[in-house]
Amino acid sequence: MSALPPPTVTAKDYASDQEVRWCPGCGDYAILKAVQRALAELGARRERTVFVSGIGCSSRFPYYLATYGFHTIHGRAPAIATGIKLVNPALDVWVVTGDGDGLSIGGNHLLHLLRRNIDVQLLLFNNEIYGLTKGQYSPTSRPGTRSPSSPEGSTERPVSPALFALGAGARFVARAIDVQQKPLIEVLKRAHAHRGASFVEIYQNCIVYNDGVFAAFADKANAAEAQLHVVHGQPLRFGAGGRRGLALDRKGLRLVAVTVGEDGVTDSDLLVHDETNRVLATMLAALERPVALGVLYCEPAPVAATAATPPPFGSPELAALIEGRLRRGELWTVGDAGATPAGGQPR
Amino acid sequence: MACEVFAPMTTDLALRASPAARSSRRPLESAVVRFAGDSGDGIQLTGLRFTAATALAGNDLATFPDFPAEIRAPAGTTYGVSAFQINFGARAIKTSGDRPDVLVALNPAALKVELPVLKAGGVVIVDSGAFAERDLKRAGYERSPLADGTLDGYQVLAIDISRLTLEAVKPHGVSQHEGLRCRNFWALGLVYWMFDRDREPTRAWIARRFADEPRLVAANTAALDAGHIFGESSEIAPAYRVEPAPLAPGQYRVATGGEALAFGLLVGAHLAGRPLFFASYPITPASPILHLMSAWRALGVTTLQAEDEIAAACAAIGAAYAGAIGVTSSSGPGIALKSEAIGLAVASELPLVIVDTQRAGPSTGMPTKTEQSDLNLALFGRHGEAPVVVLAARSPADAFDAAVEAVRLATRFMTPVYLLSDGYIANAAQPWKIPDLSSLPPFPARLCQPADGARPFARDGETLARPWVVPGTPGLEYRLGGLEKDELSGAISYDPANHQRMTELRAAKIAGVAAAIGEQGIDAGPPTGRLAVVGWGSTWGPISRAVSLLHQRGVGDVAHIHLRHLCPLPRNLGSLLAGYAKVLVIEMNSGQLQRLLRAELLLQAVGYHKVAGQPLTIEEVEAVLLQHLGGGR
Repeated sequence: MSALPPPTVTAKDYASDQEVRWCPGCGDYAILKAVQRALAELGARRERTVFVSGIGCSSRFPYYLATYGFHTIHGRAPAIATGIKLVNPALDVWVVTGDGDGLSIGGNHLLHLLRRNIDVQLLLFNNEIYGLTKGQYSPTSRPGTRSPSSPEGSTERPVSPALFALGAGARFVARAIDVQQKPLIEVLKRAHAHRGASFVEIYQNCIVYNDGVFAAFADKANAAEAQLHVVHGQPLRFGAGGRRGLALDRKGLRLVAVTVGEDGVTDSDLLVHDETNRVLATMLAALERPVALGVLYCEPAPVAATAATPPPFGSPELAALIEGRLRRGELWTVGDAGATPAGGQPR
Repeated sequence: MACEVFAPMTTDLALRASPAARSSRRPLESAVVRFAGDSGDGIQLTGLRFTAATALAGNDLATFPDFPAEIRAPAGTTYGVSAFQINFGARAIKTSGDRPDVLVALNPAALKVELPVLKAGGVVIVDSGAFAERDLKRAGYERSPLADGTLDGYQVLAIDISRLTLEAVKPHGVSQHEGLRCRNFWALGLVYWMFDRDREPTRAWIARRFADEPRLVAANTAALDAGHIFGESSEIAPAYRVEPAPLAPGQYRVATGGEALAFGLLVGAHLAGRPLFFASYPITPASPILHLMSAWRALGVTTLQAEDEIAAACAAIGAAYAGAIGVTSSSGPGIALKSEAIGLAVASELPLVIVDTQRAGPSTGMPTKTEQSDLNLALFGRHGEAPVVVLAARSPADAFDAAVEAVRLATRFMTPVYLLSDGYIANAAQPWKIPDLSSLPPFPARLCQPADGARPFARDGETLARPWVVPGTPGLEYRLGGLEKDELSGAISYDPANHQRMTELRAAKIAGVAAAIGEQGIDAGPPTGRLAVVGWGSTWGPISRAVSLLHQRGVGDVAHIHLRHLCPLPRNLGSLLAGYAKVLVIEMNSGQLQRLLRAELLLQAVGYHKVAGQPLTIEEVEAVLLQHLGGGR
């Protein structure tokens, strides 16, 4: 590929001609906008960009982008994306999934995509419900969620997407809220820049089946006290005026919320975010109040040495290599004089 | 009849008795030898060496390994018995043989399990030194079969192979345990002598195989030589002569069906000019294909051992979407899991090859036993109207050609293609004439280019295939998916007439493959007559041989027609079969092809169904054919 300067593009250049059909007020609109803006800021080449999705409201995503897109089957987008990326590593592959698609039927494939560290960006729209199929509870729904399939309230413990990703061995785990455009775009760009599987959990509001489920931390009124925006190298501060922060309770090995200036707490007691620290990332992911947002964990794996490129399929050079393999082992030649051993390579 | 146990003979080469003159050897057109022993006895290795020696002697051959059911059963038990059978001859060999002529049983359990298959009057070679009371008990013998008349009616060679082997290896400083592990080579040496095989290449093989341990080289070679000398000098073993077969000139190797199939996929991708991507999950009996593919990274093959069967199919679909030949491979239980994914490949019209190495089902069934009961699964095993192309290989060597054909059709018609094999084909081996790649006609698959002006959903007028639009191609960005799409624009469409039309188009595309596959031929026999026997897959060997034997005996009014293409069926099949008064379908399932032919061709086909986890025997096919011809020999 020649090193052309990135074309001057805007978010609109990445929008397809399809009329967007999500419910009015759905968080997916905001995410779509953020993705389009992020692509524009990255100068992403449309022909090299592929969005792969499963099934669900989230998975309608590819239709609304003017890139290559593959709307596949429920839960299997990570597996399909793996095949795409292995065949053509030069493609920029984004996987779009939801809490049902990605953690219920697709949990296994998500686990292995992260474990294998396939270089894709995986966006999991977590709305804690099944939207497209009309409101059943999902693997991330809180206990007690009433839904058509849990009329008495769900009794299952939910799985935490970020903790699952860390447990699977993901080397990039980040979180954002659908309507917070700037932080979301920043996370998307960081995810794109990371070489390896980048897991992004996006809290997405389902206005029809689970409206306001994240209000406790996502609403403007609660934001300051309930959201912790982590930045590598910066102290873990939150709250009005940034006066609150996180410290480590050594005895209990727990993160505790403290207020600077109270009980003798000083700035130096606050933990500083280190996105290469997996233990810290795990503790941050488990926090319920405040909720940690931003890039929780980013520790790229060492880049493997690139192997020599074999000759292309169809070329005479590859034909010679294939012939060599076919003729490996014990061979014999049948001629007019009968069978004679032929000079094959010993196994 | 008591069996004499022979005292150790001298192994001094100089005192060797004069070898039996070639002319005093009994000529045989073909012979079947079966090696059997405990799973720790090196039976498979022995069989492979004998196979190589037999190939070098110019015979045609077919082999079949009979692995034990367990990975490592308790030593000496009947479920730890490992066997290897080889049928070889001076004529075309099409099966691994109904019953052995010679049985080598290295322990009592092997004798117990294998004796029933030995031909009446056949030769049985046993290691009498391995028939102590404890060994007999483990094998379930109350009394020694060597002494109680069990072996009456056979030619028995009861030889203390254990003691003779230990004698032979004594000078080479191996332990008793190591020495006994050379018994298989002793037995091999004897069998080499019986069939006049050159043992020099085996000596060279031993030298390479055990190159790190020279004393093992010396011991195994000594055992091999000792067995051979025993044959020469003891004069108790029968001596045979099996002439070379008329094989077409060329360079050969032995290939199992699994190997040949893998080679075919590799060569097929090369002929198509597209990279090969292979994804599968370990499953008996298909895993060998995965192992081979995994070793071909240097050739540009991308192999993924996926986390499960569904991921394997999905990764292959992703690969096809990205411009590679996507291949996924499994056996029955795994193929069943792939149904939904294959449906996606149908709806997205991508080139995907699905290899099913069939085994006995249903459910877990009998993983190491062969069957051909997945035809219905291949033809119909998807929800909705989701037609695919279905092919079947008929033998190990044919698996290469069938695999190349599968890739050709998948890329030409942008469709999933099922390639059916089975456990027998996968594990059996036969001589394979290595093709010269430059002599194979290429079928380059073309990727859609921006300059073509084509739209991603516009169909080729002849094949009805979509163009192959691959991500990375500028100006052709489009969205693909499993939802029904408009025929022309490709946008999601719920329009009723469009769905009707798309359903018909998908069916028409597959039906149209018939124009690319040629007409069905007759394998043997007259073009019209009283009886046509139709088969598919690995029943080819026994059916072909049975028909051939009937023809030789003057029963000429039976034709053998063997199908490679199950969907679509060859265009002329209906008119071809209409020329016979009776059509008999022989298959290893409950009548799946029979029902297909009845439905598609309005044909009153009758069937013979064997679902026993065993291949058909030539004998049973002959009997069935005669029965349907109206009896009378």
